[in-house]
Amino acid sequence: MTISVNASLAERAGRVAAIAAAHADDVDAQARFPQEAADAMKLERLLSIQVASNLGGEDASLSQVAEICSLLGQSCSAAAMMFAMHHIKLSSLVTHGADSAWHRAFMRRICDEQLLLASATTEGGIGGNLRNSICAISVNGDRCTLEKDATVISYGAYADAILITSRANAEAASTDQVMTAFTRDQYSLERTQIWDTLGMRGTCSDGYLFKGEAPAEQILPKPFAEIAAQSMLATSHLLWSAVWYGIAVNAVVRAQNFVRAAARKSPGVTPPGALRLAEASNLLQLVKSNVIAGLREYETAKSDPDRLSSMSFAVAMNNVKVGASETILTIINHAMLICGILGYKNGTPFSLGRHLRDAHSAQLMISNDRILGNTSNLLLAHRQDTSLTG
Amino acid sequence: MLARHGGLSMAAGELRDDSDLYKAGLSSFASVQIMLAIEEAFDIEFPDALLNRRSFQSIDSIALAVESITGSAAAA
Repeated sequence: MTISVNASLAERAGRVAAIAAAHADDVDAQARFPQEAADAMKLERLLSIQVASNLGGEDASLSQVAEICSLLGQSCSAAAMMFAMHHIKLSSLVTHGADSAWHRAFMRRICDEQLLLASATTEGGIGGNLRNSICAISVNGDRCTLEKDATVISYGAYADAILITSRANAEAASTDQVMTAFTRDQYSLERTQIWDTLGMRGTCSDGYLFKGEAPAEQILPKPFAEIAAQSMLATSHLLWSAVWYGIAVNAVVRAQNFVRAAARKSPGVTPPGALRLAEASNLLQLVKSNVIAGLREYETAKSDPDRLSSMSFAVAMNNVKVGASETILTIINHAMLICGILGYKNGTPFSLGRHLRDAHSAQLMISNDRILGNTSNLLLAHRQDTSLTG
Repeated sequence: MLARHGGLSMAAGELRDDSDLYKAGLSSFASVQIMLAIEEAFDIEFPDALLNRRSFQSIDSIALAVESITGSAAAA
């Protein structure tokens, strides 16, 4: 595998994207896990690029990870979202696990074995607010045990490890949470809900009753509130938005191909879809600028915990997520209007049904209404940044 | 103020000045409500630089933040 490791990140990601694209329609139709893409990610060692090089990784920045999310998003949304979610979990380990011996060793294992990480933050009864837990981890001596009614664990059955939130102990307040890494040999999953959805069907985000037991040192040494504020929320909004941007890019590319084909058939006559394509291109650029500005903000704030947990940063990240998730729907709808019946039909080079269905998940992955509610609260305190270039 | 706006899982009287308010159940929503109540009570405005998690970590850190605002206002 030396060859693939030495190849540039873009080449390796390109090979994975080609495989993901070849199976995207089948993954969607069968609502099956994108196994071929997952195998390719492991083969190309893309699951550990974010880990520090002294632990066996490649020190990839969040922007580099986001670029791959966007590339995969253009091929297969489910594979792209799986890649994004894995790296969101990994960002928490990289940011908050570097001082813990167990988590350092775990990051080495992620590099050596290309372990796929899943996330279990949602729980029956918490009403969608992941900053609350009902379940509590119980520590006895050097062991910890946890049982959680996890209503959604994306690709849970296919993951090699799960990072899972809970209250810090049986007496802790619902917001006093910790996150613990359990490896596959340390938990059982009993499926309670089946993921049969409009879109993002291949993420296989079934619900499970999780039961785990592990050494207590696998609990991340920082409160989950800090992990959420300083790595998880920002990386979620940014990497998800990168995936969504990728879905929209592919829709616009298909629409452009349609318009160009029409223009070639009737030289001298501007096809009717051309104007809409210009509008779609305009909106796509807005999404791109939004995501890039968010990534830049994150890379600048990264080494400053105060800035990462500031209100201005939270407002900026919330705005990236809401803006990207709403705008891609308009863009894909434009693409559908351009391609007409060939966009509406499945199995044509201009098909957009999968894009449109997948894109509808974006406003719901942490409901935009909840995020806007959170932003509106922050804006009671935080004053609007009036600068342009910041 | 904490008792009215904090939404804490314990009585405000049981808190020590250095108790971790987040561990006592302080949410980000409640921290904004407390900030607004303090701004009203002391007739001050929190600058953006103090609008972070650490400022509202404990009664001590809130007091420190308020002092730094009133202190710099007195010096000006």
